[in-house]
Amino acid sequence: MTAAPARPWALLAELTHACPLHCGYCSNPLELTRRSRELTTEQWTEAMRQAGELGVVHTHLSGGEPLLRPDLERIVTAAEAAGIYTQLVTSGVGLDRARLSALAAAGLRSVQLSVQHADPRASDRIAGRRSFADKERAATLVRAAGLPLGLNVVLHRENLDAVDAVIELGVSWGVDRIELANAQFYGWGLLNRSALLPTHDQLARARDAVERWRERLAPDGPELVWVVPDYFDGVAKPCMGGWGAVSLTVTPDGTVLPCPAAAALPGLDPPNIRDRPLAWIWDHSPAFGRYRGTDWMAEPCRACSRRDEDFGGCRCQAFALTGDAARTDPACRLSPDHGLIRALADEGTDGRPAIRPRAPRRPERAGQLP
Amino acid sequence: MTAAVTDWRPVPAPGIVLRHDRARDTDLLLLPERVVVLKGGAGRVLGLCDGTRSVPDIVDALAARFPGAPVATDVPPFLERLRKEGWLR
Repeated sequence: MTAAPARPWALLAELTHACPLHCGYCSNPLELTRRSRELTTEQWTEAMRQAGELGVVHTHLSGGEPLLRPDLERIVTAAEAAGIYTQLVTSGVGLDRARLSALAAAGLRSVQLSVQHADPRASDRIAGRRSFADKERAATLVRAAGLPLGLNVVLHRENLDAVDAVIELGVSWGVDRIELANAQFYGWGLLNRSALLPTHDQLARARDAVERWRERLAPDGPELVWVVPDYFDGVAKPCMGGWGAVSLTVTPDGTVLPCPAAAALPGLDPPNIRDRPLAWIWDHSPAFGRYRGTDWMAEPCRACSRRDEDFGGCRCQAFALTGDAARTDPACRLSPDHGLIRALADEGTDGRPAIRPRAPRRPERAGQLP
Repeated sequence: MTAAVTDWRPVPAPGIVLRHDRARDTDLLLLPERVVVLKGGAGRVLGLCDGTRSVPDIVDALAARFPGAPVATDVPPFLERLRKEGWLR
């Protein structure tokens, strides 16, 4: 018998896949859940109650665009009642003064706002819609409401060169935190990988710029968070803090996953909160047990001193690149498959395709994934 | 200047929440992007940081509840550290 797994701390609540933006790096699945399949208010309320009972103390209310749920305030109320801290992860589109007041009154604690570029036109182009002005307004409203504000910028080939301007933007908007998240390749981001992958030079320059800003801004300026580009660093990321170890994801239709990308793994048979209690899902479901701990590992992870730090990297990335989710993440330089990542990272930018915008329908040529 | 000699009345910064975690029977400080597990009496100290009490008030209240504990020496620097982190204002 093994002891019950440690309690989860965090819940990623993907309230809807609907989104006004069409960012090509989106990590939502290619098969987006229809609105009619989404959990109801009552089901989300119950999910929050069970999550709180289970030990969850923090949730990101995300999507898609969570503001498209007219019952978002009620979901915030349910989380707060369950003792769960709420952070809204939003594009800013649709966040007006009345909505923000209602959310804050319901107990919303903080806001994370996405921006695609510091230049309004470039931001709108990457987002696939005019949205920069909405974001600027949203930032002003959140600051005026006194809520902590983080800026989230997914970095890729088309905006890495603007990292200085992005940080300046965050400073001028008065944000508390700027997350510079190098693109990860899941869902639409995987489909667009060739178009998104930066060059080594771009990354090196951006990294230097971030270091300079860190020195300049500390200690009173915004916190700068650099989410590592694992295709380039030769080190596997400690994905989700370990499979079924720290956090869980509930998708718009109630599927419960150890990580938001795990729906892509074949044969995982993920449980659904409509069918099973969250405590059973966390403690006993085969999906959550599958890569928990280190017993499932093969070499080189099994004997590696880093296995309790990076947990073998990302299962979804191992699957996407090797077809076997139980292999060492190829991002690790110790992986026998590391050459696959090197080849992708070393590709020049010549002849790269353009970014294909995320759209409601599955792209017809998705079968031709590289 | 140390916290003890100012008229600072500490209170958690906006968006920072002190909460008791029933599942783990521990006190937590919840932040926008992280969770801080409070060890020992830290939760009790923070529970007194409501914006009405000065640091000497907090020390006095703790000293009355925990006679003999080194609150006068330990609590002011602890609060100052949390202020430097940006968690208390």
